[in-house]
Amino acid sequence: MHLTAFRFGKPYESLERNKLVHFMTGEPVAEVSQVGGAIVSRDLRKADNARNALLKIDPEEIVERLQTAGNLYALGTVEVGGVKQSPDDFARQQSATTGLPESLCHANMKKNLFVLSNMDRMLDALSRGLSPEILWQGYGTEHRDVVVSYQCQSPVLGLVLPSNSPGVHTLWLPVIALGVGLLLKPGGQEPWTPYRMAAAMIEAGIPEEAIGLYPGATDVGAAILADCGRSMIFGSAKTVEQYRGNPAVQVHGPGFSKILLGDDCVDHWRDYIDVMAESIAANSGRGCINCSAIYASRHTDEIADALAERIGTQDVRPPDDPEATLAAFTIPGAAKAIWQQIESLIDKPGVRHATAAQGSRFVEGERCGWLRPTIVECDSPDPEIAHAEYMFPFCSVVKCPQDKMLDRIGPTLVATAITNDSGFQQQLIHANNIDRLNLGPLPTIKLDWLQPHEGNIIDFLYRSRALQMTATSELVSTAAAAPAQLGR
Amino acid sequence: MPADTTETPPVFKVADEKSIAQSREKLDAHTAEIVAWHFHSSTGSPFWLEYAEKLNFDPLKEVNCFDDLKKFPAFEDEWLRGGPVTRWIPKGFAGQPAYVFETGGTTGTPKSRVNLRDFRTDYEEFSETLPEEYFPKGANWLMLGPSGPRRLRLSIEHLAQHRGGICFCIDLDPRWVIKLIQKGWMEHLEAYKDHCIDQAITVLESGHDIRCMFTTPKLLEALAIALEKKGTTIREAGITGIFSGGTEFTPQWTRFAVEELLDGAFMTPTYGNTLMGLAASRPVIPEDGYTIAYYSPQPRAVIEVVDFDDTNSVVPYGGTGRVKLTTLTKETFVPGFLERDEGERERPYAHYPWDGISGVRPFSKLATATTVGVY
Repeated sequence: MHLTAFRFGKPYESLERNKLVHFMTGEPVAEVSQVGGAIVSRDLRKADNARNALLKIDPEEIVERLQTAGNLYALGTVEVGGVKQSPDDFARQQSATTGLPESLCHANMKKNLFVLSNMDRMLDALSRGLSPEILWQGYGTEHRDVVVSYQCQSPVLGLVLPSNSPGVHTLWLPVIALGVGLLLKPGGQEPWTPYRMAAAMIEAGIPEEAIGLYPGATDVGAAILADCGRSMIFGSAKTVEQYRGNPAVQVHGPGFSKILLGDDCVDHWRDYIDVMAESIAANSGRGCINCSAIYASRHTDEIADALAERIGTQDVRPPDDPEATLAAFTIPGAAKAIWQQIESLIDKPGVRHATAAQGSRFVEGERCGWLRPTIVECDSPDPEIAHAEYMFPFCSVVKCPQDKMLDRIGPTLVATAITNDSGFQQQLIHANNIDRLNLGPLPTIKLDWLQPHEGNIIDFLYRSRALQMTATSELVSTAAAAPAQLGR
Repeated sequence: MPADTTETPPVFKVADEKSIAQSREKLDAHTAEIVAWHFHSSTGSPFWLEYAEKLNFDPLKEVNCFDDLKKFPAFEDEWLRGGPVTRWIPKGFAGQPAYVFETGGTTGTPKSRVNLRDFRTDYEEFSETLPEEYFPKGANWLMLGPSGPRRLRLSIEHLAQHRGGICFCIDLDPRWVIKLIQKGWMEHLEAYKDHCIDQAITVLESGHDIRCMFTTPKLLEALAIALEKKGTTIREAGITGIFSGGTEFTPQWTRFAVEELLDGAFMTPTYGNTLMGLAASRPVIPEDGYTIAYYSPQPRAVIEVVDFDDTNSVVPYGGTGRVKLTTLTKETFVPGFLERDEGERERPYAHYPWDGISGVRPFSKLATATTVGVY
């Protein structure tokens, strides 16, 4: 199977190809054409064509086609890389190159299907009831009889996608429905979702000029970030720091998501152990929304031991085993290096390894490695490991007084606060270091798709601005409703 | 790595056995002559004369052919750091004007090579490989590459002058570029690239009738795209011939450049460095899969593709190995320097009847530490 680049409607076979192999057997799975950054820069000069192709279609029709695409993606057989690909083929191939168990690949497909199937509700919620016609035409009259205008900030959204977390794709699925094209740089090991989704969208009638697939090395990412009016990148804490404050880039890094147990609930911690375990271990702990720390003022030793018993026993299973829960680290030596780093942090004052009794955490394969769920207890937020996040089920249970929690937790993508203390709830609602806030025992990994995630995608792609017009110009403008050219 | 036993017949003209044997004889004779010069007490450099005292053989008596150079331990480029650089000047050239060219140097002391006339000779020889149709004699040149204490900077200027033209240059500090990348200041990197391209476009638009250019792949991309934004192309800006170099030169990149950037301008890739000089390529054509194969300027310099573990053995044709350089000029003697690059061994080409190398890329075991900027 050869996945070619796709230059907004034109397949492009590169002379350079990345060979993807099965993470356990080394058998070839696919070849992926590799392009250079200059191809992206050059093609972006015609990015207006992507948006213009979308604007020719009624926005409601686009949503319907996306819903069809969702069904094709999750349930149908589509052609990918010149080969017919069923959902099972997809899960097998994705598992083979990412190390994710096939059951989790299927689960991520369901997530993407849900988002596409509910696109109309999502857009309505994220735009606060704005008619999509307004985004198409650039202006319109709201239901309050007020003229509003929105400027599209980029004809395409560029995405530098990761290799290790197929769960992130839900973030870019609404973009086409907002009249904005997609320029995707697939992750090196995970081209599967972008390619299958693009094939499903095109088969469902989304114009092929609106979608670009540019697999390649880091220079492709650099070109996207430099030349797209708006782009999204997924990376490490260093990547986050690099692009922080750049209005053209939305950067997604480690989440450092947490569960905070209020003093009023902490004595009943056993009631919430399922929520904690699911938050840590779902999707093999790979997501930024997985819980990496639990804060409580007391019972931390008991909580850590209970979690160790609950999830610390999870073992490595073959990727096609429906019971498999742990993803492999497919880069040779990666799992071992991470475990050595963790060991050095566990061996510090105030830290106890709660899963030590459950056997070795590091499991070495012939070409890969695994890390089994790991729970540590920290007697304060001071140890470095209290603020660590890893790409497997890992959690620090941290002893910390409730009145110090908000000062000590640091940046937190998702906080699940288990408390009925209205004073503490108010503090949590107003805390600027928490992005998504769950009040009550909701798993951190449970996302309400009708709410924004790390900023509202519509606010990122569109800018609300003033537009005043006389009655005459309104007529002229409405008559000439063709979309304006959008410069970069 | 073993050779590909199912190797397809080459689409280029392979050198005949007689030419290969003649070039080898010439190399053997040249090697003996150069070693005699560098190790004779009246002509040799202080460095090599002192080094000879530590050897367990006498280079003057025991180096009679190229293969005899294997008796030398591997050359360590760390020896090139720091002064006095005069220790590298052969006594036979004492008192002559000398240049010092540097490589690296983003942090710490750079490596340096002293040159008297070598760079001129290398580029005069290279000049003979340039097709007149695209690099007309008398044409003016643009040097869109690094400035500062670089051999390349003076060499391109000399090449232009040697061919009867004038060379226009830009200011480009590659050490700053590497620092920007290391700091992760990507916006500044883009701005600096734009600054370089602005200088180039200003020169091209100023009526200097520039028709030839040296540049690197990344700068060529940036120039072509910047010109495209202005509604023109490299060819329309007057450029007919481009000579370029760098390990980013891949078949795919070359194909992209030919199909989409050059608008009919001719481009010839080269491979070189401060130690060796520069290696020309055989014609890069679609029928050959845009393979870029370089041939060193033998006998002045030799490229061997050697086994990663046994660096005194070349790999079979088509096999992958590390680049081993030997420089044999009266100014510079470098026996068996293991480069930070790897590639595939290529058969001798009719115009260059000795081994070549293709697929040159950073040595995989060191690649993670290599930073490629705009230069």
